[in-house]
Amino acid sequence: MKQEITLAGFGGQGILFTGQLLGRAGMLEEKNVCYVPSYGPEMRGGMSSCSVIISGSNITCPLVTEPSSAIAFNHASAEQLEQALKPGGILIINSSLTDKEPQRKDIKFYKITASDRAVKLGNDRVANMVLLGALVKITGILKPDSLIKVLESILPERKHHLLPVNKMALEEGISAVEALEI
Amino acid sequence: MPEKAFMKGNEALAEAAIRAGCRYFFGYPITPQSEIPHYMAKHLPRYGGVYLQSESEVAAINMVHGASGAGARVLTSSSGPGISLKSEGISFLAGAELPAVIANIMRGGPGLGNTQPSQADYHQATRGGGHGDYKTIVLAPYSVQEVVDLTYKAFHLADNYRTPVIILGDGFLGQMMEPVELPQMIEPEDLPSKPWATVGKGRRTRNIVTSLCLPPEENDALNRKLQKKYNLISEKETLVETYLLEDADYIIAAFGITARIALAAVDLARKEGIKAGLVRPITLWPFPEKELAKSAENAKGILTVELNMGQMVDDVRLAVSGKAPVKFYGVTGGLFPTPKDILTEIKKLEVAVNG
Amino acid sequence: MVREFSRPKSLLPENYLYCPGCTHGIIQRLVAEALDELNLTPKTVGVAAVGCSVTNFHLFDVDMQQAPHGRAPAVATGVKRVLPDSTVFIYQGDGDLAAIGTAEIVHAAARGEKITVIFVNNAIFGMTGGQMAPTTILGQKTTTSPYGRNKDVEGYPLRVSEMLATIPGAVYVSRTSVHNPKHVNRTKKAIKKAFQVQENGEGFAIVEVLSSCPTNWGLSPLDALKWVEEKMIPYYPLGEFRTPSEVTN
Repeated sequence: MKQEITLAGFGGQGILFTGQLLGRAGMLEEKNVCYVPSYGPEMRGGMSSCSVIISGSNITCPLVTEPSSAIAFNHASAEQLEQALKPGGILIINSSLTDKEPQRKDIKFYKITASDRAVKLGNDRVANMVLLGALVKITGILKPDSLIKVLESILPERKHHLLPVNKMALEEGISAVEALEI
Repeated sequence: MPEKAFMKGNEALAEAAIRAGCRYFFGYPITPQSEIPHYMAKHLPRYGGVYLQSESEVAAINMVHGASGAGARVLTSSSGPGISLKSEGISFLAGAELPAVIANIMRGGPGLGNTQPSQADYHQATRGGGHGDYKTIVLAPYSVQEVVDLTYKAFHLADNYRTPVIILGDGFLGQMMEPVELPQMIEPEDLPSKPWATVGKGRRTRNIVTSLCLPPEENDALNRKLQKKYNLISEKETLVETYLLEDADYIIAAFGITARIALAAVDLARKEGIKAGLVRPITLWPFPEKELAKSAENAKGILTVELNMGQMVDDVRLAVSGKAPVKFYGVTGGLFPTPKDILTEIKKLEVAVNG
Repeated sequence: MVREFSRPKSLLPENYLYCPGCTHGIIQRLVAEALDELNLTPKTVGVAAVGCSVTNFHLFDVDMQQAPHGRAPAVATGVKRVLPDSTVFIYQGDGDLAAIGTAEIVHAAARGEKITVIFVNNAIFGMTGGQMAPTTILGQKTTTSPYGRNKDVEGYPLRVSEMLATIPGAVYVSRTSVHNPKHVNRTKKAIKKAFQVQENGEGFAIVEVLSSCPTNWGLSPLDALKWVEEKMIPYYPLGEFRTPSEVTN
C-alpha cells in the first residue's frame, strides 16, 4: 500500500495546506508519510505544487517524479500532471476550472466539478476538500474521518465553525466519485 | 510515549535545539533556512531565551562566541554565502575551544547561486572552512527524524569536545515534512556546569577565552592539543550507515538527501539483479574512512552521488585508496538525480568495470 | 588623610607591551580604577579587541574573551544577553572600531546594548605598522598615506562619537583625552559614568578617548601629547554628546 500523490494549481488555492492535511492524516493513521513542497524550476507563473507520499513501509526516495495519483486544481497543472503520472495512475481534475479531456489512455481520469460543488455548499474555499474526498474514495489510501480529525486539531478554535462545511465538502467529493462509478 | 509531530526539517531542527537546552539564537536572514529563525523568534522567549537578529552574518557568529563563552548552549543557522561570512568566527570558536552549533542549510553556489537544494558546501564544512588548522564535527541528516536526533546530539558533542559542530542540511530537507518523535526537554540548569566560562570571576581566579597565542611554542601547543582532540573525535564519534553491503558488487556513496534517493536506486538495481549497496556517511567529518575502505575490498566499483560537481568523492577516493574504481555522478542548481538516473550510472560503471 | 598611589586591584602586575609614551596604559589603568571604585570586578566580563590592546586580557583581573578584529561589540552582545546582570565592557582601538568593526559598533548602539565601550582613538593603526585609519586626520602622514591624508583620495576622518550620538540607543556618548592630568581626571569620570549607565540598565555607553602614538606618529612622547592637543582636539572636540539625565557623578 503506497501512494505518491502530487497536487498542483494556482498559488492561493490552498495546495500546500491540502498536501499537509494529507500528510498529517497519514501520520494519524500511523503510516509513513513524507510531504515535499515544490522546490524546483517548475515553480513559475504563480504555480504551486507539492507531493505527499503515504506508505505502509519505509519511505526511501522523497522525490516524486512519477506520481501514482494527482490532483489538478487548474488547467495548466492538469496538462503537466497528466504527463508526469505513472502508467495506471489516477488523475483527478477540478473540472469547474478546466474543460480538459484526457490524452493518455493508460491512466484513470476523474472529472470533479469541485469549485461548483463548493460554491453550492456556500464556501468556494472548500473545493480542495471536495477533491480530497474524491482522492480518498478512489485510492482508499486514508479514512475520510482522519482528514476531519486533522482539520479539527490544526484549525484554531475561532475557525471551528468551518468544520461542518469542510466535512460536507469531503462527503460531496466521495459521492461525486460514487456517481461516476455507477 | 515520545511526543510525535509533523514538522518541516527546518522547524524540527529549531525544536530539537530548544529541547537540547539551547536558549540563545543569533542569526541573519537567508533563504532557504528561514524557518529556523522564525521558529526560534516565536518560541525562545517562552522559555526565557533570547532570539536576536544580528546586523550581519559576521556579527551573528560573534554573538555566538560571546554567548558560548558565557557558558550557554547557542545556535546559529545560515546558508552557503552566510557560512562563508561566518567562517572567520568559526575559526575563532575552534581556536578558543568554544562549543556551538551551526546549521548550514545549503543552497546553490558559487556566488549568489540560487536558493535551490545543494550539497556544494561539503568541502567548506569538512575542511573547517576558515583559516588555520581546525576541524568541525559535521553531521549530515537524511530525514526529518534524523535532523532532530542529530541536532540534539550536536549540542552534546559541542559541549563534550568544546568544539563547533556543523549540521549540514539542504533546502529540500529543510522544507520537507515528516512525522518525528521529539526527544525529552533538557533544562539548561540541569546541564553540567562549564567552569571555564567567562561569567564574572567572583572569588575564583579569572577565566580567559581566547585563541591568541603569541609565543610560537604556545601556538604550536594549541595546535597539537586540537589535533589530539580531533583524533579522539575521529576514533569515537564517526557515524555511518550501510545498506546491503555484505554481497555488494557496486557501492553507492552518498550523504544527506541524496542518500535517500540512492537507497531507492539500490532497491531498483537489486530488482534487476545488480548487487548494489549503499554507504552513507552520517558524520562527514570525521569521515568513515574505515567503513569505506572495508567495503571497497570486495566491491567491483564505487559510485559517489552528490548534489555538487564532486566533493565527497575526494574523501571516498582517499579512503578507498585504489582498491576499487571510484566514479562520480552529480547534478547542481537544484536538479536532482532520480533513482532511475542513479541506476543508469551504476550500469555505466558496470560496463566500465567489466569492459 | 593619606593619598596613596598604588596599582588598582583590577589590574594585574603584568608588564605592559605598549611603546614608551603610549597612553593606552593610562586609559587601561582608569578602566581598572573605575571597576575597583564601583565594586564591579567580580561580575565583570571584558572583551578584548584586536590591535595594540590585543593582549589586555592579560592585564585586567576579570573574566575576559578575545574577539576577532572589529567584532568585540557582537561578542559583548552575546555575553550580555546570556548574563544580563553582569558588567560587560569592551576596549577597542580606532582601527578595530571605526574601520572593520563599524557595523558592529553602530548596531550595538542601535540595539541599546547595555555595555560599556572604551574607544581609544589615536588616529592610526598602531600594531600593524602605522597605517592610515578612518580617524587619521587630513594631512597626517602614515605608512599608507605617505604624502599625508588627502580628502580627495582617502576622504575625511570619521567622527565616531558625533555619529553614534544620533542613535537613541546610545545613551551616553563622550569624548575625552589623556594628554594632560586635568583631562586624565575627566576621562576617569567619563569612564565611571559609562559603567554607571550600564549598571542603571540605561543603554549603550561609549567613551572615546584621544590617545597618543609617538612611535607611529614619529614624535617624542611629549610632542605626541602636544599633537593630540593641537591637531586632534580641533577636529575631534571633547565633551559629552549624549547623557542620560538620570545619571549623576
